[in-house]
Amino acid sequence: MSQAIEQPRIVKIRENVLKKNDILARELRKRFQENRVYVVNLVSSPGAGKTTLLTEILTRLGQDFKAAALVGDLATENDAERLKRSGAIVKQITTGTVCHLEAQMIEDSIREWDLRDIDFLFIENVGNLVCPSSYDLGENLRVVLFSTTEGEDKPVKYPTIVNSADIAIITKMDLAEAVDFDKEAFYQSIYQSRPTMKVFEVSVKQDMGINEWIDYLIQEKMKAF
Amino acid sequence: MHELSIAHSLVQLAIETAEQNHLKKIEALRVKLGVFSGVVKEALEFSFDIATEGTSIEGAHLIIEEIPLKIFCSQCSQEYVLEKPIPIKCPRCNSGTDQILEGKEIELYELVGEG
Repeated sequence: MSQAIEQPRIVKIRENVLKKNDILARELRKRFQENRVYVVNLVSSPGAGKTTLLTEILTRLGQDFKAAALVGDLATENDAERLKRSGAIVKQITTGTVCHLEAQMIEDSIREWDLRDIDFLFIENVGNLVCPSSYDLGENLRVVLFSTTEGEDKPVKYPTIVNSADIAIITKMDLAEAVDFDKEAFYQSIYQSRPTMKVFEVSVKQDMGINEWIDYLIQEKMKAF
Repeated sequence: MHELSIAHSLVQLAIETAEQNHLKKIEALRVKLGVFSGVVKEALEFSFDIATEGTSIEGAHLIIEEIPLKIFCSQCSQEYVLEKPIPIKCPRCNSGTDQILEGKEIELYELVGEG
């Protein structure tokens, strides 16, 4: 008896490699939508000021809305401790060695929360301008932050994350003059990879641009639901 | 460096798809990688070898096709493939666009095997 000879074969697939993450993100988005939770994903390099800005936002938004935050870091609960001072519901996600947040981590973290009690959920991603761009977390709005101290050409060095974001925020505007920040060049750098990007300029220290951003978030939430 | 976690997803997807299609041996995986996918080709190739170790597809080849950015310019009502990914501007009328048609994919599009 001769053994059957295996035939060479090509199987067409056309599947997104991150399909599992995308499907889960879609389910999360649906759950958030049903419970009227407006979700904001914050991405930046380490030290751009995500936690400082978020603490301020949670404190102010918390006066009229129920706000919650998930914060991703490789290690420590330090950022969650900082954010808790705002009075918001906060949970730390420690990723170990993983350089970004994935939809599964979000689902695991909100398991015990009653989403009906939350108006805004902020997800502070791991400080990284590369990896988070590939992972949908079910958010309504992806925000990329750059600080004036990082230099005006940072956006053009990381075009993928800029293109994947909906809006950009320049933080530490109070330091702009001290570090010779060239605002015009920064905007050009942003527009190279996202020509119609909306940009907010903020400084927590000088209370600049914070209320404008909060107003924007409230408007966007009203538009979304 | 998230290429290792992407390589793991890729290996898992390939094994599942091979089983569904009764493919007994995978010799090659063809992947489309957009220039705006956020994934570095070389890092994915390196990670792929690590991710396949000890799995049923160990030794399979990873063939990556890089996909340039294709945009739609609403001024010209025309699609264009950009030679350089940035600036994202219409090569003809120079106006900016947010409409990206291709160039962001991380897609497994073909398995080559036996069975």
